[in-house]
Parts: sequence; C-alpha cells; structure tokens
Amino acid sequence: MNDFLYLVPIALILGLIGLMAFMWSLRSGQYDDLDGAAERILLDDEDKPLPSKRPQPK
Amino acid sequence: MSCCVSGAEFPNAVALRALNDEIMLASRTVEEGVRQTDLSVPAIHCGACIQKIEKALAKLPGVEQARVNLSTKRVSIRWHAATTPPPFIEALNEIGYGAHLYDTASDGKDKTQTELVRALAVAGFAASNIMLLSVSVWSGAEPATRDLFHWLSALIAFPALAYSGRIFFRSAWQALRHGQTNMDVPISIGVLLAFGLSLYETIHHGQHAYFDASITLLFFLLIGRTLDHVMRERARTAVRGLANLAARGALVAKPDGTQDYLPVEKIETGMTILLAAGERVPVDALVLKGRSELDCSLVSGESLPQPAEEGTTLQAGTLNLTGPLTIVAKAAAKDSFLAEMVRMMEAAESGRSVYRRIADRASRLYAPVVHLTALLTFIGWMSIEGDLHRALTIAIAVLIITCPCALGLAVPMVQIVAARRLFEQGIMVKDGGALERLAEIDTVVFDKTGTLTIGEPKLASHSGSGEMLALAAAIAAHSRHPYSRALTAAGKVTAGQFEIASVSEHAGAGLEAEIGGSRYRLGRPEWAAPGAMRNETDAARVMLACDGHLLASFDFDDELRPDTAAAISALKADGLALEVLSGDRAAPVEALAAQLGLPHVAHVSPGGKTAHVAAIAAAGHRALMVGDGLNDAPALIAAHVSMAPASAADINRNAADLVFLRESLLAVPQAIEVARRARALVRQNLTLAIGYNLIAVPLAVMGGVTPLVAAIAMSGSSLIVVGNALRLGRIRAPKRGEPRPVTGVSALRDFPEEFAEATR
Repeated sequence: MNDFLYLVPIALILGLIGLMAFMWSLRSGQYDDLDGAAERILLDDEDKPLPSKRPQPK
Repeated sequence: MSCCVSGAEFPNAVALRALNDEIMLASRTVEEGVRQTDLSVPAIHCGACIQKIEKALAKLPGVEQARVNLSTKRVSIRWHAATTPPPFIEALNEIGYGAHLYDTASDGKDKTQTELVRALAVAGFAASNIMLLSVSVWSGAEPATRDLFHWLSALIAFPALAYSGRIFFRSAWQALRHGQTNMDVPISIGVLLAFGLSLYETIHHGQHAYFDASITLLFFLLIGRTLDHVMRERARTAVRGLANLAARGALVAKPDGTQDYLPVEKIETGMTILLAAGERVPVDALVLKGRSELDCSLVSGESLPQPAEEGTTLQAGTLNLTGPLTIVAKAAAKDSFLAEMVRMMEAAESGRSVYRRIADRASRLYAPVVHLTALLTFIGWMSIEGDLHRALTIAIAVLIITCPCALGLAVPMVQIVAARRLFEQGIMVKDGGALERLAEIDTVVFDKTGTLTIGEPKLASHSGSGEMLALAAAIAAHSRHPYSRALTAAGKVTAGQFEIASVSEHAGAGLEAEIGGSRYRLGRPEWAAPGAMRNETDAARVMLACDGHLLASFDFDDELRPDTAAAISALKADGLALEVLSGDRAAPVEALAAQLGLPHVAHVSPGGKTAHVAAIAAAGHRALMVGDGLNDAPALIAAHVSMAPASAADINRNAADLVFLRESLLAVPQAIEVARRARALVRQNLTLAIGYNLIAVPLAVMGGVTPLVAAIAMSGSSLIVVGNALRLGRIRAPKRGEPRPVTGVSALRDFPEEFAEATR
C-alpha cells in the first residue's frame, strides 16, 4: 500500500508531462504543416529555426 | 487548371502601383517595422519547391524571412515595411510559380479546431490513466486499494469531463433550449449520469464505478468530431487558397488630379476609376473613355468577348481584356451585380428545405428509445425488487451501454474516408451532409461556359498554310486577348522566324504589326481586311491580312473540358437526367448540347436559373447543379447539392458544396460514385451499431453489465464501425493525371495522408 504513495503520483506526473508537451507543440505551430515537415528533413541546406535575426547564409 | 493569375503582366506603371497598394492592403504588421504578406502558390508540391521558393524570396531586398507551408500551399513572407513591398510575385513568376495574394484578414486562427484537439488531448490523457487504474480494480484489488483508485479516477475524471465534455454539453443545451434533441443530448445525459453514479458509489465504498466508461466515451466521440472538423477545414482552406477573382480594389482618379487606390467597399457612385487591361471591373460602371473588349464569361456565361466603348455599361466582375478604360461607378459595391447575386442567393437559401443529416435523423429516433428503455428498466427493477439503489444502477448502466458511441463514429468516419478519397482525386467536400445529399440526386444540371467548356477559346479551324498560322501566333504573342492566347498556343513559331519590327494593339479591333515594311493586321474581319467578304458576324473569327489583303482566317471554339463526353455518358448510364442551362446565346448552346446529346435551355437570366432549379425540386426531383459563373451562384444554393470547378467565381466556390480542382469533368461521376458508396457504408455502420445495441441492451436491462463489460462492448463496437468505414479507402480508384502534368509524381498519395510519403 505504501508504494502507491509515490508510484501513483509519478505515473500521473509523467502523464501530465506528456500532455503538456503535446499542448506546447500544438501551440508552437508544429502541426501547421505536416507535409512540409516531412519534406524539410530531406533538405540539405542549413535550415534556420523559425524566428531568426541572422541573414540568410551565403 | 489555369496555373497562374497574370500578376506579372501588368502593362504599365499605374497598374504596378495598384498591385503594390494591393499588397499593402493585404499585408499586416506583425511587429515594429515588419509586415507579413501571405501568398497562395498552388503549384508548390514537393521539397524542392520549398527550397527554391524560400531561396528566391530570401534574396529579395527587404525580405526578412520567407516560409513555405506545403500543406496549405502558401508562403508567408515577413518584410521590412519600406515604402514599397519587395516584388514577391514577380520573383515567384520568374522561377516558374504563379502566385496570388492570400487575404490574411479574413483568415482568423481556426479556434474550433484548436479547441477540439485540446479537448481530445485532455480526454485521451484522462482516459488512459483512468483505464490503468480501472484495470487493476477489475483484476481484483482489495477494497481499500479499490476505493483509493476510485477516488483517484474521480479526481482525474472531473476536470477532464468539465474540459472535454463541454463541447457536447454546450451543443446539447442549445438543442434542448430550442425544444429539439440531437446526438449530443443522449451523450451528455449518459456521461453525466455515469459520472454522478460513480461518484456516489465511490463515496459509499461501492464496487462498481464507471469513470473509465464515461471518459473513454468522450474520447472516442471527440475523435469522430475532430476528424469531421479537420476534413471540412481542409476543404475550406484549399478552396480559399484559390485565386481571388473578384477585384480587391481600384485606382480612383480624384477631382484634384491625384490618384488613390481604394478598396472596393469604399468606392462610391460617381467616382472615376482607371481600369487597366487585365483588371476586373470592381463595381457596375459606365465607360467614359477608351475602347476595349470584356470577358463576361464568368458573369453571364457569354462565351464571346464583348466590345466596350464610350457609353457601354459594365457589370461588376467582368474582365477588361485589351485596352485601358476610364469608367465612372454607377453603383457602390453593395448595390452592384455581385451584391444582387448575393441577395438572390440568400433568397434561394431561405426557400430551400432544410436538410437533416442522417446522424441527426437517427438520433431523433434513437434518443427517445434509449431514454424510454432506461426508464422502463428502472420501473421494472423497482417493481420486482424495490431496491432503489440497484434499480438506479442498472438503469444508468443501460444508458451507458446505449450511449451512441458507435453511432457517433459510424457516420463521420465513413464521410471522412470518403472525403479523403475525393481529395486524392482533386475534389473538395465542404461537409459530410453534402455527401449524403449527393448520393440522393436523380438530375444533373450543367452550366455551359466554364463548366462543360473550359471557358477559354481554342483554335477550331483555319484557312491558310501552317506558315500563316505561325505568323499569326508570332503576332498574337504580344496580346493577352483570349483569341491571341489561343493562337499562340496553336501555332509553332521557331525563334527568329519572323522579324517583327513593331506591334501595336488596337483595343476592340486587333493587332497591327510591321514586318519587312508591310503592315500586317490580325483582328476583327471588318478591321483587318475591310474588303474581304464576310459571312455571319456571329462567329468567333479572326483574320490575318497584309496591307489589307486577306491572308488567312481563324475560327475559334470554346473547348470542351477534358473527358466531358466520357463523364456525360457515365452519368447517362447511371440513369440520371441531364440538362444544360446556360446564359449564353442560343446558337453555341444548341451546338454544344447537340454534340453531347443533352436537352438545353439557352439565354437564361440568373433568376431564371434559380427558378428552373427550384421547379425541378418542386417536381420532386433532386438536382445536382454544376456551375462556375456568378450567374449560377443563386442556382447553386437552390439546388439539392452543388459543384463548382476551381476556376469558378469566388462566390460560387464558397456557395458550392463540392469544388473540383482538376480540369476533367469526370470529377462529377466520380464524386457521385464515392458518395453512393459512402451512403451504403453509412447504412451498414448504422446497422452494425443497432445490432450491437440489440445484443448489449438486453444484457444491461437484466443487470449483467459491469464496468468491465461496458468498456469492452463500447471499444469493440467503435472499432468495428471504424474498420468498416476504412473499407472505402481500400478500394482504389484508377489514378488520373494531376492538374499540372509537370508535377506528375506527387499524385501518388495513399490514405491516410499523414502516414504517406510523397514519392519522389
């Protein structure tokens, strides 16, 4: 019975972390372009993250 | 599919300024000094396109960042708000992509979808955790552990129910307040009662709690709801991404001599507008100055370009082809032809009988039956045993087991799979109800110009040698008139074949070219070769003359859409009644109808079309209306179900239930076939759901349903209907060509798209 005291909260917290991670990915627009994401992984070019202040390489 | 709007071909500086103003108008400020413009680029289809476009745009001065979205085929560009926007559209045209502005203002973030996905995520999290706890309870936990787990389940279930369930509660409450019932009413009642009973059991150290059942139910139903929404949103996005064919604004000449680019809504009666060649008439207007020809095919169905000169009245939406015009607005946008069409559409909408979807019709029968059964069960157990708690428990178990989980998935799943199938074939379905209605039709009414035909003339026959054709093509390359384009497309010109010294375009007449000291004229017969004999003035004919001597004549014809004959015969073989209903003149309609062997009505006004479609409905028939012109829009609404090609006017694409993106008219029989197959599967699924209830309900009424049985039964029935729906995706249609032959391989998509890899 004592084991539940930490096992159950751990299980729930892990689940919650997963839920939060999903919500974050949803909010940051990672599901906006599923087709594009599949293609971009094949592009050799240096691919900048979304908001970037650097000028385009070369 | 016409691949690009002619953004790059603006002939003069005035029009270029207008385009820049238009870009400014359609962009928005994202942060200090940075503006964002969204362009729709329909030709994006692979990773290479992404790279090419982003590189080309990033090179432009002033562009901070360009990002391609492959799913929506859009590019969003952030640029430093300087005096003029960088030339995005020209840059894209240069590398071979047609682009047009996408209005960001009208495209708010899709809140419903975000809400649904979040609710789904929360329900999924809660369902999996509660299910874990429930499994240990079912495997025989001791009473103390069981109570602890029940409490934990209640703790997880309550917020999840409040958050994810509100979508159903809200809709159920709406329905109840208006004295109606929909599918959400039995769902809400079942879920809430299940939760309430379980809480009561938990407090009283009871053995059975249904937390898992109520949350799993929500989870399954939310899957169906979310997919349904995603399907409709996808169609809507695809349709919205097409070129905006209405004028966004116009260049107004003010009395003090200055010029200003005003949005259409701000144009008032009496304003003087400068209309460049290639622009659409923004409001109903009168020509003050200039000569040109107008393409009215989208407005009236008239297939020949109409001449315009001083005093001609122009309808909003017609396209100015050859020369610049100075026009004076005769009506504000809200009183123009377009607005008139919108009013007629509203009238047609209110006149149409409201269609109730199969799921709603089913739930109308279903809810009372379920609730009555639960009530009778309660009364039965009360009279037999007199134990209130036991009677209540069993009655609620009946409600849980009959909760229309399978029913809620049975219909949307099939429609989603069907919509996906049609999507692969370039057909967008706006909502599931449209598929149900499409399966019911017995009559198909076609518009002519732009629907049965492509709406662009093609060279039908010519007199004179092939060299003459090449010469005509070389001259015609300097004009954007539809006939010139047709000639350019038909003639093969080898580079340097003709030494054209100069070309001038005479609006409303034709082209004049100087070659080797001779004056060549290509244009209207009476202008090019005044002395030459002419037959009927009605024909679409252009002549080529050298110093007044006739060299060759060219006859044009509105080209049929590809596969029109095949599509028509497929529909005929299906036993559907077909008809052509056109606003064009009698002669071309008659010729086309005779060619296809269809009954026809010509020279119909927009109101006449609506009345005709309404008369078909009044006679007890269900009509599919296929049309692209503004004059078809009210009829599209009046019809039982409607389709429009991608080249249709904006208002039609929004009004139509289905939009087909490829040129082939085979889209019509294909859509009908898929809709019919979907209907068969929906019926099967409903039968399966009812069969499940026939087995499960007696068990529940007898008091044999424990939470374990409920969980198994519900998941099982849901899986069965989903599996059955997926059968529709397995029957593969023969692959047809892509809209743009260049893109070829990108058609090789499989269901479901998220898991498919673009074959390259």
